[in-house]
Amino acid sequence: MSVTTNSSSKALNPLKAGQLPRWAPWAGLGLALIVGLVFGGMKVAASTLIAAAVFVVGMHVLSLYVEGRRRANDRLAQHIVYGMFMLALVPLVWVSWIAVKNGLARLDAPFFTYSMRNIVGEGGGAAHAIYGTLYVTGIATAISVPIGLLTAIYLAEYGGNSKLAKGITFFVDVMTGIPSIVAGLFAYALMALLFGPGTVNGIGGAIALSVLMIPVVVRSVEELLRIVPNELREAAYALGVPKWKTILSIVIPTAISGIVSGVILAIARVIGETAPLMVAAGFTQSLNNNPTQGQMMTLPVFVYDSYAHPGIPRQPYWDRAWAGALTLILIVMLLNLIGRVIAARFAPKAGR
Amino acid sequence: MNIKKIGAPFAILMAAALSMSACAANEGTPADNATTQSSGSADAGSNLSGTLAGQGASSMSVAQQTWIAEFQKKNSGVTINYSPDGSGAGRKAFQGGGVQFAGSDRAFKDEEMKAGSFGKCTAESNALNLPVYISPIAVIYKVDGVDELKLDPDTLAGIFAGKITKWNDPKIAATNEGVTLPDATITAVHRSDDSGTTENFTDYLSQAAPSVWTEKANGEWPSAFGGEAAKGTAGVVDAVTQGKNTIGYADASQAGDLGVAKVKVGEEFLGPDADKAAKLVEASPKVEGRKDHDWALKLDRKAQGAYPIALVAYALVCEDYKDDKDAELVKAYVGYMVSDEGQKVAHEKVGSAPLSADMQAKMKAAVDSIK
Amino acid sequence: MSSSTIAQTDSSLRPAKRRIGDTVFGGLSTLSGVSILVILAAVAIFLLAQALPALTTAPDVLAEQGYGEFWGWVLPFAFGTVWAAFLALLIAVPVSIGIALFISHYAPRRLAQSLGYLIDLLAAVPSVVYGLWGIFQLAPALQPAHLWLSKYLGWFPLFSGNPSGTGRTIFTTAFVLAVMILPIITSLCREVFLQTPRLHEEAALALGSTRWEMIRMAVFPFARAGIVSAIMLGLGRALGETMAVAMVLSGAGVIHFKVLTQQNPNSIAANIALNFPEAFGLRVNQLIASGLVLFIITLAVNILARWIVSRRAQYSGAN
Repeated sequence: MSVTTNSSSKALNPLKAGQLPRWAPWAGLGLALIVGLVFGGMKVAASTLIAAAVFVVGMHVLSLYVEGRRRANDRLAQHIVYGMFMLALVPLVWVSWIAVKNGLARLDAPFFTYSMRNIVGEGGGAAHAIYGTLYVTGIATAISVPIGLLTAIYLAEYGGNSKLAKGITFFVDVMTGIPSIVAGLFAYALMALLFGPGTVNGIGGAIALSVLMIPVVVRSVEELLRIVPNELREAAYALGVPKWKTILSIVIPTAISGIVSGVILAIARVIGETAPLMVAAGFTQSLNNNPTQGQMMTLPVFVYDSYAHPGIPRQPYWDRAWAGALTLILIVMLLNLIGRVIAARFAPKAGR
Repeated sequence: MNIKKIGAPFAILMAAALSMSACAANEGTPADNATTQSSGSADAGSNLSGTLAGQGASSMSVAQQTWIAEFQKKNSGVTINYSPDGSGAGRKAFQGGGVQFAGSDRAFKDEEMKAGSFGKCTAESNALNLPVYISPIAVIYKVDGVDELKLDPDTLAGIFAGKITKWNDPKIAATNEGVTLPDATITAVHRSDDSGTTENFTDYLSQAAPSVWTEKANGEWPSAFGGEAAKGTAGVVDAVTQGKNTIGYADASQAGDLGVAKVKVGEEFLGPDADKAAKLVEASPKVEGRKDHDWALKLDRKAQGAYPIALVAYALVCEDYKDDKDAELVKAYVGYMVSDEGQKVAHEKVGSAPLSADMQAKMKAAVDSIK
Repeated sequence: MSSSTIAQTDSSLRPAKRRIGDTVFGGLSTLSGVSILVILAAVAIFLLAQALPALTTAPDVLAEQGYGEFWGWVLPFAFGTVWAAFLALLIAVPVSIGIALFISHYAPRRLAQSLGYLIDLLAAVPSVVYGLWGIFQLAPALQPAHLWLSKYLGWFPLFSGNPSGTGRTIFTTAFVLAVMILPIITSLCREVFLQTPRLHEEAALALGSTRWEMIRMAVFPFARAGIVSAIMLGLGRALGETMAVAMVLSGAGVIHFKVLTQQNPNSIAANIALNFPEAFGLRVNQLIASGLVLFIITLAVNILARWIVSRRAQYSGAN
């Protein structure tokens, strides 16, 4: 079917022989969508899948026939790459839509100003959990970023091929594999050891998160530092700039946008952790402003608890759970935005 | 220099968070609350103050929250935290002295009951096991066209053990005359997490249908029996709701619109009603060899007229606290839990079965004995 | 040890007096690296100390007071962990590389950064929310796919067996995990692709290669080590993911490769989360010992990855 379209187009444009006209992909897409709708019934997912398959295969065959193998492969790659991107948007849109749809019901002023102290059933809010999350994650970041960044610098700039560097690289890899719940148990045990049994507070939660966060920071920053062209370093050395200054004013700025993005991804990675915080930071219905004393509620724990242990009726608890989830997402988005702005302001002009 | 720049947003964020002097609209300083409260409601002249920490069963998490809220309204100087980390964690924390009381889906076993092994209690003091929360467990199902379902223990065990696989199995039909049962595969949903609910459910099956349910009572589902697993009460309810031709077990209060099966006890079929579940506790004997005020129960799942599948959660407290202030607070709070008012509030907000008047009196005597 | 390295490197570049700045800065960064080793050692000691009772107790005592004989008990979970993570990688890696390429080489330049930001947002979603999404949305949506696959492809061992009635299978879990590790792999791949030397790309294009050929000849060889590293980072997350798996997967202690059935091999992390709250005595030790096994699995995976990377040519720097 598609082959006939092509031969006619070929006949119409003798000058462009050996190349598909610009409208060909669009026509192919339309055709594929129709085929998808016909064979997929009225189901969105099935139709889209069939349409995508028909389009990619059809265009490839068509291009193979008209344009030859190399161009056909190029087209195939392009379509697949575009397709992958659109595929990734599906869960993104889906999850955000669900979170927004269910979360908006309770995303009101009381949600941010009330805690759950003395509240049963409707009403109440997550102020205690929001502040708790900010404290715990803030402290965790303050611990992890300096350690992580400096370690990455050591690995990429100083360590070279030394045994220590190899060992650290290896053990950072190992650290990424610590199950989050084990990190929580470790922090719990450490706090018990240092401050007596049953010590559960914000600092404990921050330690648990740091254990999870440090390797992520190291891994992503190291990778980025390594990829900064050696020419830049050598140029700096040639001008007599000391090594530490080269690192601070040449290497890091070159990679800054990636570093910020890596750090923020690391925060995002831990801010939603539930299991370790439940063990190490605890659980309370009241606001606690002191990370060194007393249990501290955090947003993920709040969300999980509201979902898992509702009273009757169930709805107000679920509304709070979704509102909490939405808030958590919004906090990370905000962080992300701040990071981007910083990165954009301080990064040197990129090559592309 | 650049490190500072990167660190800046986080520093700003933290500084902002800290300097905002975070507060919640419904929380004042305890002193504030105390004055407004005492002037507003001259209730019982409560002058209790302090903090009480509890930890344990997630099954009574919401009940605890309800009790805490009501209790704190009456005693504004008191802050109580209950972390629903699980019974095991609660018992461990109580033994280690991390908390003043624990919530648990089971009582301490005989070998765990040793004077002096509990952190907050005096060296001579043992623990007290007080049943404070009864939650009937409903057998929930979703099968189109089946509004009423009656099951005898052997059939129920057969379904959950994977031996009865179709809804129109003659064994199910035998107790459900006049109901059109579909020719569909049964999806039996059980808890994937170790839980008191599963322990009580399997305890019932092993007591009532020993020939079919050959495993012992266990908080963890025996994987040999198969079936679908879901996390937590909420997970089971969701799986049963979203699936088709499903059956599961969950706290009766969370059953919602799902069908609830009636279970055969003796000659009658009973549903998970509050009063019938309370009867289970009343009819069950105490574990042998316990002291007068220790109410560790050996649940009798065959008691006449009692709904046999229920979870009984205990408050674990000291006979004698090292710190008299702890004793005072625990007495007041646990006393509130087992009071008529406390039990009623939990019934309304959480759907638990209130203790019978007789049990309430026994519990009160036990609480009064705490030193 | 490190100071000698510095001296060496420095002398190879230019002979000079030792600078205080370098000593301080180098010392600080070395100290950070060492502190990581200390933290890890602390975690490892904690794990070992807590796990030891479970490993040394006789099997019959474990059967009585724990979950049963240790190795027989932990094996299905170890299998489930690796299997679920493998399936997730199978889905996530091609998609991530595709997205990263799209952002670095295909999308219009003006849009590229915002699009990258969009994908990073996937990492902003906490695992609890993915769990909720998996339960309420993805599992019911994929359930018909379970029926379809088992009906038409049931002869294929992977898809054999009775399909689940709720869709809470390892199949669905793999999708949830894939979505969770997608932004991690993508973000790193994207940065690496963007760092491909411009000259290499232009040289390839000047020789008349198509865009795809340029990517294959210039971008991929340059980025190979980075890609492996990104995948490992994603794998680490997939192996250790707790909450989402615990919420979505209908798991049990079984070993089989069927992805559509009711009973699926559970993962170690999820199993710990599911059973830890109610665990006591030896069971706690046994669960922590299984955490140790997870630790070792990650170790093995990383050794493998390092080996793959080291077999490739030097990749530090762009020359």
